[in-house]
Amino acid sequence: MEAKPSQLRLEPLLWILFSAGGVVAAFLIPAHLFVQGLAIPLGWSKTTDYETAKAFVAHPLVRLYLFVLCSVPLFHAAHRIRYTLYDGLQIKHLNEVIAVCSYGGAVVGTLVAAHLLWSFR
Amino acid sequence: MKSTAPVPAYTLNHPRWYRKRVSTYWWLQRWEYLRFVLREISSVFIAYFVVLMLFEVYFLARGPQAYADFQDLLKNPLIIALNFVSFFFVVFHSITWFNLSARAMTVRVAGKRVPGFLISGSNFAAWVVISTVIVWFLMRG
Repeated sequence: MEAKPSQLRLEPLLWILFSAGGVVAAFLIPAHLFVQGLAIPLGWSKTTDYETAKAFVAHPLVRLYLFVLCSVPLFHAAHRIRYTLYDGLQIKHLNEVIAVCSYGGAVVGTLVAAHLLWSFR
Repeated sequence: MKSTAPVPAYTLNHPRWYRKRVSTYWWLQRWEYLRFVLREISSVFIAYFVVLMLFEVYFLARGPQAYADFQDLLKNPLIIALNFVSFFFVVFHSITWFNLSARAMTVRVAGKRVPGFLISGSNFAAWVVISTVIVWFLMRG
């Protein structure tokens, strides 16, 4: 009700990113985290040799996939962290600061991902 | 002639509403509340995974030695423990997300509403297929 016009225009976009990020995270992250974070370090799976892994990631479609995997879930997380701090811990007086930090973090992460994947060779 | 009736003193203020103070720890009072907060906290671990993935790409770009060192770092018991906890949270996110999808979407086929368990069920089935493909790709070496 007290939202400024700029916030009103931004909110639907942020919600779409939240929702899209939730879908991407739900479908893709558990399998990735299982293999990369547990199976390979614990030796349940053989480590991919360097050249094969590098050639695989160098493929443009794989990099596009990784960009999606490493960007929209950040906006999903930013949205949930923002509202958890807002409702859960009732930090209402820092609303603007929290919003800027959480979405700003997601933007920074997205830029880092874009840079790393674009310049990957 | 001026009215003699007393003019009510309108002000911008109004009497304070009665609001019961909500404890900062309201989410510990019931399992449903705690489950909701845990679901929201799963997003922290989603962000953590993205950071992990970006480090993976970064060290892969830096060269064989840097990549091998990073793989060794991932064998650290603390990181394994963190990944283990994160894995439970991201799975929790997936389950709650697919269960919600049935309530968020109304799908109609031939004018009839598709029951919720079919929408969630198809999401869960797709999740199994996609996860199998990812695991196969990543573990084939």
